[in-house]
Amino acid sequence: MTATTTVTGSQDAAPDARPPRRGNLLSKIAAPYKQSHGVQRFMLITGTVLSLAFILMAIFAPLIAPYSFDTYQDAQGRFPQQGAPTSRNHWGTTVQGFDVLSRTIFGARTAVEVVLLAVIFSIAIGVPLGLISGYVGGWVDRILVLVMDALFAFPYLLLAIVAAFLLKNTIDSGIVTTAIAITVVYVPQYFRVVRASTLSAREATYIEAARAMGARPRTIIRRYLFGNVIQSVPVIGTLNAADSILTLAGLGFLGLGIQPTEAAEWGYDLQRAVADAGAGIWWTALFPGLGIVLAVTSLTLVGEGLNDVLNPTLRRRRVNKPRITSYTMNESGAVGPASAPEVEEDVG
Amino acid sequence: MSAPALSLRDLRIWYGHERGAVRAVDGVSLDLMPGETVGLVGESGCGKSTLGRGVLGLLPEGAGHAGEVVYQGRNILELKPKELRALRGPDLGMIFQEPMTRLNPLMKISAHFEEVLKIHEPELGKKEARRRALETLRGMGIPPTRYHQYPHEFSGGMRQRIMIALALVLRPAVIVADEPTTALDVLVEAQILRIIADLRRNFDTALLLITHNLGIVAEACDRVAVMYAGRVVEQGPAYDITTKPAHPYSRELLRSTISLSTTKLHSIPGAPPNLVTPPPGCRFHPRCPDAMKVCAEHWPPTITTGPARRSECWLHASEDIPAGLEAPLEREALAAAEEA
Amino acid sequence: MTTATATKTLMEIRDLQVHFSLHESFKSRVTGRGGRAVKAVDGVSFDLHEGEVLGLVGESGSGKTTLGRALLGLVRPTGGSVKLRGEELAGLPERALRPKRRHLQMVFQDPHASLNPSMPLETALAHPLQIHKLTSGAAETQAKVREVLELVNLAPVDQFAGRLPGDLSGGQKQRAAIARAIITGPDLVVADEPVSMLDMSVRAKILDLMIDLKRRLGLTYVYVTHDLASAKFFCDRVAIMYLGRIVEIGTTQQIFEDPKHPYTQALIRAIPEPDPDKALPRDLPRGEVPDAASPPLGCSFHPRCSQAFGPCGWEGRDLRAILEQRWVNAGEETYTTERALVGDLEKLELTHEAFIPAGPGKDAGDLLGLLEKVRAEDPDEPLWRGVRELRAESGGVHVSFEPGIDPVLYETDAARAACLLYRPE
Repeated sequence: MTATTTVTGSQDAAPDARPPRRGNLLSKIAAPYKQSHGVQRFMLITGTVLSLAFILMAIFAPLIAPYSFDTYQDAQGRFPQQGAPTSRNHWGTTVQGFDVLSRTIFGARTAVEVVLLAVIFSIAIGVPLGLISGYVGGWVDRILVLVMDALFAFPYLLLAIVAAFLLKNTIDSGIVTTAIAITVVYVPQYFRVVRASTLSAREATYIEAARAMGARPRTIIRRYLFGNVIQSVPVIGTLNAADSILTLAGLGFLGLGIQPTEAAEWGYDLQRAVADAGAGIWWTALFPGLGIVLAVTSLTLVGEGLNDVLNPTLRRRRVNKPRITSYTMNESGAVGPASAPEVEEDVG
Repeated sequence: MSAPALSLRDLRIWYGHERGAVRAVDGVSLDLMPGETVGLVGESGCGKSTLGRGVLGLLPEGAGHAGEVVYQGRNILELKPKELRALRGPDLGMIFQEPMTRLNPLMKISAHFEEVLKIHEPELGKKEARRRALETLRGMGIPPTRYHQYPHEFSGGMRQRIMIALALVLRPAVIVADEPTTALDVLVEAQILRIIADLRRNFDTALLLITHNLGIVAEACDRVAVMYAGRVVEQGPAYDITTKPAHPYSRELLRSTISLSTTKLHSIPGAPPNLVTPPPGCRFHPRCPDAMKVCAEHWPPTITTGPARRSECWLHASEDIPAGLEAPLEREALAAAEEA
Repeated sequence: MTTATATKTLMEIRDLQVHFSLHESFKSRVTGRGGRAVKAVDGVSFDLHEGEVLGLVGESGSGKTTLGRALLGLVRPTGGSVKLRGEELAGLPERALRPKRRHLQMVFQDPHASLNPSMPLETALAHPLQIHKLTSGAAETQAKVREVLELVNLAPVDQFAGRLPGDLSGGQKQRAAIARAIITGPDLVVADEPVSMLDMSVRAKILDLMIDLKRRLGLTYVYVTHDLASAKFFCDRVAIMYLGRIVEIGTTQQIFEDPKHPYTQALIRAIPEPDPDKALPRDLPRGEVPDAASPPLGCSFHPRCSQAFGPCGWEGRDLRAILEQRWVNAGEETYTTERALVGDLEKLELTHEAFIPAGPGKDAGDLLGLLEKVRAEDPDEPLWRGVRELRAESGGVHVSFEPGIDPVLYETDAARAACLLYRPE
C-alpha cells in the first residue's frame, strides 16, 4: 500500500495543511464586505450604513423624537395646523397638527416593524414550500406552482389591498395585518427562487449519493439541500424589504394600512399632505417622502451589493496583477531559473 | 532549417491570487515548426491549459505575463487587442475540449461556416465559401448531406470533428488543441486521432496538442514536451521520449499510465506542488525516486540529451554537481496527508 | 488478477430493462403519452458472484451507467428482476429499498461533485451510520468514522475529520467517497468510473486502495468504465455493453486474449498505447453509436461491423449510410450528380423491405443503375451480403433485405458473445 512511500514533508505540497475553516455566522456575514471592492463595496457599505441608521432610528424612536406620533399639543398649547418649521416643531406640523419630525421618526419604526415581520413570515412559508416542491415534484409541485403563479400574476398592490381588506376585521393589530398582507404578496418570490435552486441542486451528484446512502427525502432536504440552496435568500430578502416599504406606503396612502391612532406611517402622511403642495406647504410631504426614498434606496443598495458579491456569475474578486520576476529567492534557495535556460551546444 | 511557425521564449504567465501569485507558466521555451504536431503532456495543475490559452493571447483576468510568444516576427503578447483579434482565426486557431458547448445551438452548421468565412475572408463569396466548407467537412468525414443540420443533430464525436473543421477552414498557421478527445469515447477518440495524424500529412499547420494522456501523444505527435509545475522538463521527438524517457518525471508518468500491457500498478508518490510557493531547486525533487542533495538546493540546468532533445535534470549534468551533493537525498517518510 | 472460482451468487439479474420515455413532440409532452422510448438497458441477464470484480465496459450510450444504478435501485427498472441473495429488489417501493441500501453502495465518477460541499468529512461519513442505526451514541460513531478514515489512508485522521471537501484534492475526495461507501459494511460496491476524472499518477493509488479494501472487507465490485485497460487490470470478469445489451461476457483472460464479438475486438485495438511501435488500427468500425431511441434492426452493431453478413438486420438506413460515406469520399461534381438521383432519405421505413425514392423528375432506372454501380465498385461491403433483390419501381427502387435476427448471448469456446457468427444452426 502507499503508506510506505518516502517523500519529503514539504509544506508546499497541495493541498494546504491549514486547519479547517469553521464557517461561523459572524465570518459568513463579514465575508461579503471583505471580498467586495470598487463600486460593489461602495454600494454595500453605503447601503448598510443607511439601513442601520434607519433601524437605529426605529429602535430608539421614543428617545430621539421630540414628541410622540400622535401628540398635537405641548406645554405651550396646541400645535398649529400645517405650521411652518420652527424651533418648537423643527420640521413643521401636519394638517392635523402633529409634529412632522416625530411622525417621520416613528414612521421609520412602523416601517421596520412591518417589513421585518413580513420578511420573516415570507421566508418561513416560502422557503420550505419551495424546497419541498422542488425536491418532491409530481402533483404537489404542480399544485403549488399553480397557486404561487396565480398569486404572482396579481398586481402586487391590488393583492395587498384585497388581503388587507379581508383581514381588517379579523385581526386587531394593524401592523400584523399589514405584515400578513405584504407576506401574501411576496411569498411567491421566495418560493420561486428556492424552488429553482432546489431543482438544479437536486441533480447534483451528492444528492444522488445521499439517496444511495438510504437517506429519506426529509433528511436530504434538511441536511443536504437547505444549506446549499439558501444562498440566494439574503439577496431576495433585502430587495423584497425595499419593495415592501413601497407596498406598505401604498396601503397607507389608500387608507388601508395602519390606523393613524395606532402608529405613524409615511404613506398615510403623504396622503394627508396631497392637498398641501398646491398651497406651498412643502414640509408635510417632503420628509415622509424622503423617508420612503432613503429607506428603499438603502435596502436596495445592500441587496444589489450583496448580489454582486455573492452571485458567482457576477462576482469579480479583487485581483492583484502579479509582478513577475525571473529569479526568486526564498529561505531555502533559488525558486526560479535566473533567465532563459542555458542550452548546451547542439550535438549533431 | 526553416523558421518556426510559433516560438515561445521564456514565457511566464502568473495569476494574481489572494494567497500570492500562482506561477502557472514559469519560463517555457518551445518552438513549433510548420506542419509539425507537438504534444504538450502534463497532469492537472501543471499549467498546460494556461499555456495553451496564453499562446493565443487569451490570458485570464488579472494575469501578468513576461517573455515572448513570437508569431511572424512579432510578440503577440504585446499587440493591441484589435490586432490580436485579427490574428485569431485566420492565423491562430483553437480547438476546445467540450465540443458540446462550443457550437451555437441555434445556428445550422452551414451558418457557422458562412459566418466564419464572411468575417475573415469576405472576398470569398457565398458559393466559394460553401465549397471550401464542404471540402473541409469532407476531410473530417462529415457527409455533405448533413451540411444544413443543427449541432444537436450530431453526436459528440461529430461535433468535435466539426469544430476541427471550423478551425481548419481558415487554413491557420498554428492550431492549439486543448484536450480535444478527453470528453470522447475510445473509438471516437481513435477516429479523431487519426484525423489529427493525417493533418500532419495534408496541411502545413503547426499543431500544439495539449493532453494528459501519453498514449495519444505516442501515436499522433512528432514531438513531445512534458510539463510539470509550470516548466517544460523534457522535450524532444515523440518516439524517443515515449520509448526512452530521460527525465525522471517523464519516466514515472509513462510507468503510471495504465495500458493493456500493465501488469503492476505504479503511481508517483506525493502530489503536484503548490504553484504559489513551488519547492526550491528542482520542482520535482520531493517526489523523484532519483533525487540527489543538489536537486533540493540548486536549479537544474537544461541539457541536450540527444538530437533535438532537452531535459532539465541534474542526472544529465553530473560533472557540474558541486562536490558532496551527488549523494541521494534523504527525505523523511511522507505523512499520508500529503498524498493526492 | 486470478479468475474467480464461482462461490455463492450474490445477485441474480434476469432480463433487466430500463426504458425512458422521450417526449419530443408538444403533444406527447402535454399528454404524457405517445413518445418514443430510449431502451437504456434492454434485457440484461447475468449473475454476480460473491467476492468478484465484474467490469461493465462500454462507450457512452451503452447503458452501463444506467445498469449500475439499476442494480442499486437508484433508477427504477421498468422490467425484469434483480435478486439480492434470492430477495427481489426490482419493483420494491423506495421506502422498502432504503434499508437495503446499507448492503449496496456506490462510488461516483466525479469526486468533486459527490460530496456535499458544506458538510465536513466527519459529518458526511457519520451520516450513513446514523441513517441505518448501525452505531449507538456519538462516541461509537466517531470511533467508526476514524477507523474508516484510517482504512482509506486519509491520515492523520484528526487533520481530515473536520475538513470540508473543498479543501481536499481530487484523489483525497475520492478516498473520502470510498470511505463513505464502505462504512456501512456493504456487500456490493458499484464503482462508476471511479478514476476517470483523476490524473494518471493518482489512478493507481485509488485502484490499489480498492483492491486492498476488497481483500480486507470481502467486497464485491461492479466496475463501470469505458477504459478497457484498467478493466483488464482490475476485473475478474468483464461484460462488454453496446446500446443497452451485453454483447460479450466472460473472464478477463477470455475477453482480452480471444475476443469473439467484433465490437470487443475493435475496442481492444483502439486503446491508445504509449508504446509508439503499435500503430493505430486502420480498420476502426465506421460511423458511431446510433440513436438509442431508434436502434438498428437485428444486431445493433451491424452498421459498423466489418464482419457482418446476411442475417444481421440490414435496412434502408444502412443503405443511406453507405451512400453518404461514398459522397464524403467523392468529389463535388460526383456528389451533385448522384445526389440529384436520390430523393428524400430522411423518412425511410424501419423494416427489411426498403424503398429508396428517386429524385424529383429522375428516372428510377437511373437510381437502380447508381446502386448497382456502388455495389460493383465495392463488392466487399458487408451490406450487399444481405441484399436479396434490387427492383426498380415507379418513383424509386425497392430493396429487399434478408430479415434480420436479433442475437442473444451464444456460447463459444471462450466468452459468450451476442453475435450471429456464433449462432448454432
